[in-house]
Amino acid sequence: MVELFHEIQGTLRRNMMRTIATGFAVVSGLFLLIVLQGAGNGIIHSFQYNMGNFAFDAVRVFGGMTTKPWEGIKEGRLIRLDDRDLEMSRRHFPHQVTTAIPKVSNDGVVASYADHYISSASMEGVYPEYAASQAVELLEGRFVNNIDMSEKRKVCVMGSNSCKDLFKEGGSPIGRRVKLGGILYTVVGVYKANEMFSGSNFYVPYTTLCTIYNKGRFIDELTMSTRNIPTDSAMEQFIAEYTRATSHIHSFDPEDDRALWIWNQAGDNIQMQRAMSILNKAFWILGLLTLLSGVVSVSNIMLISVKERTREFGIRRAIGARPWNIISMVVVESIVITAIFGYIGMLLGIFFCEWMDATVGNQVMDMGVFQTRYFVDPTVDLHTCIQATFVIVVAGALAGFFPARKAVKVKTIDALRA
Amino acid sequence: MIHLTGIHKTYQGAQPLHVLKGVDLHIGRGEFVAIMGASGSGKSTLLNILGILDDYDEGEYRLDGTLIRNLSETRAADYRNRMIGFIFQSFNLISFKDAMENVALPLFYQGVSRKKRNQLAMEYLEKVGLREWAHHLPNELSGGQKQRVAIARALITQPRIILADEPTGALDSKTSLEVMQLLKRLHEQGMTIVVVTHESGVAYQAEKIVHIKDGLIERVEVNDGTAHTPFGVDGVMK
Repeated sequence: MVELFHEIQGTLRRNMMRTIATGFAVVSGLFLLIVLQGAGNGIIHSFQYNMGNFAFDAVRVFGGMTTKPWEGIKEGRLIRLDDRDLEMSRRHFPHQVTTAIPKVSNDGVVASYADHYISSASMEGVYPEYAASQAVELLEGRFVNNIDMSEKRKVCVMGSNSCKDLFKEGGSPIGRRVKLGGILYTVVGVYKANEMFSGSNFYVPYTTLCTIYNKGRFIDELTMSTRNIPTDSAMEQFIAEYTRATSHIHSFDPEDDRALWIWNQAGDNIQMQRAMSILNKAFWILGLLTLLSGVVSVSNIMLISVKERTREFGIRRAIGARPWNIISMVVVESIVITAIFGYIGMLLGIFFCEWMDATVGNQVMDMGVFQTRYFVDPTVDLHTCIQATFVIVVAGALAGFFPARKAVKVKTIDALRA
Repeated sequence: MIHLTGIHKTYQGAQPLHVLKGVDLHIGRGEFVAIMGASGSGKSTLLNILGILDDYDEGEYRLDGTLIRNLSETRAADYRNRMIGFIFQSFNLISFKDAMENVALPLFYQGVSRKKRNQLAMEYLEKVGLREWAHHLPNELSGGQKQRVAIARALITQPRIILADEPTGALDSKTSLEVMQLLKRLHEQGMTIVVVTHESGVAYQAEKIVHIKDGLIERVEVNDGTAHTPFGVDGVMK
């Protein structure tokens, strides 16, 4: 094998121009493949980043407005969830609903600390289980706990971005007292804020908020963790059954799909996964097509080069080269070209991705009410690189094999006369 | 060494061409034979068959006792590599390899290590007087030098026979003489040599001249050494 490489090294060196021309096609092919993959990953990662902290088994229910008349009552009636819905959710669907917890909200309050304030904060009265069911990621401190609930403590868990706004001097926010709607709350925890949603939420114990704002038995949002709902259609069926059960409590048409807002994150998740996998495949196909054009040009150049070297092969065969010696020489030559230049293309592609990551990847789009990033970590993983290398080596072997086989089909004596 | 009996060869085509019409030829070990004939007489075809570069339709060819017939390309390549040394009119050196690498190439296909075969190549280049030219590319060498490199390449595998196809065809008379003297010296060392030529001056350097005409052996002449050439004992007619 080492001998064969020496033999090939000589050939490639003597045909520098041709080698470089061939290599260029491969370099650009692999470069584009890697850059496309990186860009695709950037978009997919930005999806994941912006959607990141959602629990995908959660179903959230809000009251809506009826759009159909029912039992003598006109349409246009507001439905407000209350503790009967909570009871129903817990009792009625033992197979599907694992936990059901209520949430009350108080929107548009002013949050302030010393001279700094946020004008449109929202207070969310939650249960301790809320953190798990909504995948709230804590950066510091703790979430609302049972003692907070039973003692109706004035404590809050705030978002990391609100911390930046309120505690401009830095330092840990834990233990500081923040004024929410005119009342002081002690900060017990900080959660990782998602810039697109829930950035300025302050979580306080459910019981505290109910007491202070006199919420009575009303609930603003019902959060359920679900199980045994594997498919989209099963989810649809569950939603229909849930709507029917709720319609008995509040007397609305069970067919009225606007009376309740049911936000099913699991379904969204399935769709997003599907979109991502389509995107991923599309980028692979595009990348492979560019790579294919590179391979075709390698094959073309190998074909011409083999043609040019017919006489050389004739000489080699006359002095004792077996057909297999010729084929393996051409194939290995082709693999060496594609592998070396493919590797260069891959490195260039990776550098380009890193450059994108360092520039576009860090840009945050400020939409006023929320911020989003549209290109996150646009890089390729090792797995993709290995796959690409494998593809390029196989392609190189094929690009060399067919011209070589053609070359040895020529009779030695005819090759010598060429 | 070489036994040909009733060799027939027809080139298939729109107009089938019956080139060899039953050739019988026996060449013993250590003989120096010239095959002479006009162009189209079938002498090149005969040489190609002898060199296992082409196959034949009828008859029997034994090379050093081995029957050569219907060989696979791979077997044919091995036999060419080990039993036959070729010298061509147009040298057939590989242009991007220097003299030493060209000479060493047949050993590459025998799997001899690079160090060993380069060392051997240098020895053979020494024999043909080109040691100083070992690292020159073919286009930096004169015609005579190229042919001597080709001879060194033919010898390096220690073949049973040397087949030369118009070895002086592309050379001037002076270098032709040098090349022929080199072949004669090899013959004196016991090598079996077959030269195909249409030049009588070259042919009469050999000890036996086979005249071929229209696909048949016309006569086999033993060179009596008095030189039929008008140019004298050491002359080569051009």
